[in-house]
Amino acid sequence: MSYMAKSEVIVVGGGLAGLAATMKLAELGIPVKLFSFVPVKRSHSVCAQGGINGAVNTKGEGDSPWVHFFDTVKGGDFLAHQPLCLSMCEDAPRIINLMDRMGVTFNRTNEGFIDFRRFGGTLFHRTAYAGATTGQQLLYALDEQVRRYEVEGLVEKFEFWEFLGSVLDEDGACRGITAMDLHSMEIRSFPADAVVLATGGPGLVYGRSTNSMVNNGSAAVAVYKQGAKYANGEFIQIHPTAIPGWDKHRLMSESARGEGGRVWVPKKKGDTRNPREIPEEERWYFLEEKYPRFGNLVPRDVAAKEIYHVCVDLEMGIDGENMVFLDLTHKSREELDRKLGGIMEIYEKFVGEDPREVPMRIFPAVHYSMGGLWVDYERDAEGRIVEGSPRNHMTNIPGLYAVGEVDYQYHGANRLGANSLLSCIYAGLITAPSIQTYLGGLSARAQEKPESLYAGFTQEWSTRFDEIRAMNGKINPYQLHQDLGDLMLSNVLIVRHNDRLEKTLEELDKMQALWFECGNLDGGTWANDSLRFMHHLWYMFELAKVITKGALLRNECRGAHYKPEFEISQPAGFKPDSYLRYTEKVTAPGFDGDETKLGFSPEELDYLRRFKAQNDEWLKTTIAQDRDGVPEITYEAIDTSLVPPRPRKYD
Amino acid sequence: MTEQRTIELKIKRQDSPNDPPRWEVFSVPYLPRANVITCLKQIQSNPVTKDGKETTPVVWDSNCLEEVCGACTMLVNGKVRQACSALVDQLEQPIVLEPMRKFPTVRDLVVDRSFMFESLKRVKAWIPIDGSYDLGAGPRMSERQQEIAYMLSRCMTCGCCVEACPQVNERSDFIGPAVISQVRLFNLHPTGEMNRWERLESLIDKDGISGCGGAQNCVKVCPKEIQLTESIAAMARETSKYQIRKIFHMD
Repeated sequence: MSYMAKSEVIVVGGGLAGLAATMKLAELGIPVKLFSFVPVKRSHSVCAQGGINGAVNTKGEGDSPWVHFFDTVKGGDFLAHQPLCLSMCEDAPRIINLMDRMGVTFNRTNEGFIDFRRFGGTLFHRTAYAGATTGQQLLYALDEQVRRYEVEGLVEKFEFWEFLGSVLDEDGACRGITAMDLHSMEIRSFPADAVVLATGGPGLVYGRSTNSMVNNGSAAVAVYKQGAKYANGEFIQIHPTAIPGWDKHRLMSESARGEGGRVWVPKKKGDTRNPREIPEEERWYFLEEKYPRFGNLVPRDVAAKEIYHVCVDLEMGIDGENMVFLDLTHKSREELDRKLGGIMEIYEKFVGEDPREVPMRIFPAVHYSMGGLWVDYERDAEGRIVEGSPRNHMTNIPGLYAVGEVDYQYHGANRLGANSLLSCIYAGLITAPSIQTYLGGLSARAQEKPESLYAGFTQEWSTRFDEIRAMNGKINPYQLHQDLGDLMLSNVLIVRHNDRLEKTLEELDKMQALWFECGNLDGGTWANDSLRFMHHLWYMFELAKVITKGALLRNECRGAHYKPEFEISQPAGFKPDSYLRYTEKVTAPGFDGDETKLGFSPEELDYLRRFKAQNDEWLKTTIAQDRDGVPEITYEAIDTSLVPPRPRKYD
Repeated sequence: MTEQRTIELKIKRQDSPNDPPRWEVFSVPYLPRANVITCLKQIQSNPVTKDGKETTPVVWDSNCLEEVCGACTMLVNGKVRQACSALVDQLEQPIVLEPMRKFPTVRDLVVDRSFMFESLKRVKAWIPIDGSYDLGAGPRMSERQQEIAYMLSRCMTCGCCVEACPQVNERSDFIGPAVISQVRLFNLHPTGEMNRWERLESLIDKDGISGCGGAQNCVKVCPKEIQLTESIAAMARETSKYQIRKIFHMD
């Protein structure tokens, strides 16, 4: 019998990416142990509202996977590796078909086909949706398929288990995981021939975000501490439209704008009138005015920055607060209920006002991490992904894979709405055959590794938790977490300044030192949440340092990373294509070096030069590696061979 | 000087499945528009009871906090619901929090709902697709059909309906409304319909469809307003038809 036939894989995390990987592995006949904090049906993917992208051109607009690819790469400010993006966009229509076959209740057209709506960063109807709870519906479909494999005996679930770290053999390859039962608190190591981390994003590093309570980034940090590279950490997406809350900020989907929602503030500063009594001509639709082409559907980084500008710089937020109106009141109740019911309900339940009657009050909130664990891929000569290559989605630790929000691919410096559900499912699906190939090449199975290897890791983690259990300082870890969140929200958010980032790094070190003065709040040996929170908190500091240091060192504006000090303004009437002409000319053989003869105006030329210099220096992936608690930052080239980078423009 | 407004909570605590339950009362500072989860978080940051006794932070289950994951279901002032969407301003004080009673308690407000997930296996709650390879588009569906399916498929397996159902008790293993409603969902689907008999078969049992006593509590507590009683009635009709067909060997 081949090694592969006896191999077993562990998947950690049961959101869209983890379940897609699990389903596909099981379909290939590879047994999977699936670990999750929560019953997988309750994973954070349920929070995704608006939809999933796939260019099907069913509305005769001339859309295509290539245009989807271009929008994705442009939306990400050209920081993404292009081959993965291209293959993902080409697969997108097939993925939507697959999910449809699994029974996802996508909204329909009159003729019974899947309906598509508009989303940010594109001019096309490309987003399939199931009401305004698309993530939930996609997750349920995958959960059901995985349950089917569970009944068949190919999948074994370990729900209410926490991943603590990978088990690495003497060659540094991943040979399993150590995990903790969150009820009995038992710590155990499990052999596996490959491990997939599908553990989601790190929103909790910011205290309050649109993320769920499981999104603390601890799994990513655990392997980062074991030598895995963490890439593009500083690229944190701020969603322009959320409802503020004490426990978390709740997302108001971009689909609200996709279905015609308009963002505005009163033209008169401090206008306290009921918004419905403010006449049309006294409203400032600032996105529509500045970006006539994309209007309210500019990408998220652009919208968040504009809202920030209106509220903070111009002090024109509603009632002087950092809030603007998101208005859907011009749409019919029936249509809103059918297409946006889920989010209408959320606003009504949590704010207590009917968004069909009253404009919503929204503000930007931390939403998504474009960065994450560094993962590899293999491309062919045409720039597509080599399917089944063992390198696809493997971290720099052999045998350890990462998929979904926890990886850093696809979205570059800014993710387009409705691309995350796609990238999660796509990554999960392509990683399974990659693992199959990897298993086929293994010369020894995890089961043949000495028991002492696993016992050693179990012992190490047990000692760690014994130490935390014995902590008896005066500081409450939950309060310290709030301080961490406040620090990050004040300094590493939409607008970033080097002096403040430098100070934040120092502050983070000081604050992390306070961790040792925390007390363990719960001496219990059963379902002890406080104990594991202490563990998470230490890791959140580690990740906060990665994010902050990456932000400090990157001296440019790109996507979600905005530093006014380094902003290069486009001259009026600038056309992005002129940058392509410029680079072509200055790199042409025989160019005499005199740029003034190239036919650009002096103003334009100045901009082109500066933009090129910026790209030459910064169009690179940030790589963080742990050096005894200090992130070491290096940079890596990006594959931009399919569409040349250029300035973004949405007006 | 104005006295600081506070919120009072009375919480049923239990250290483990084998420990006896006890009550603790907490008082936390009032925050406008706060929900029950916010109060529980306030207790975490200062785990001291109202009478000044140090205690452990309360343990509860939660994740999305947007009422789409179903995790934080508990009894709030005796009513089963999600704690995230239970706004303090709309609740009488003291706010009484208890774990659901129809499921085994794990700790404090955390219960074990694995029974529901196991039941989903029993009724084959999935579309039996041929595989994940590219087999083209799925079946077409009318908007009306989609609307019904969407309504049914918003079930979060939260357990509210099970908690409210008088037929779920120590003397019965009634499968509960949610899972029966899932059978309706999958039997409605053009592909799922092909093996509808298998799902109906799984409901023919004293713990299945005939376990419903018609109390109609389920539909009143469902946070997603799923037509659970309609689902049960529809599946009762379908299983009867199926049994008759079976007697006459029509399948």
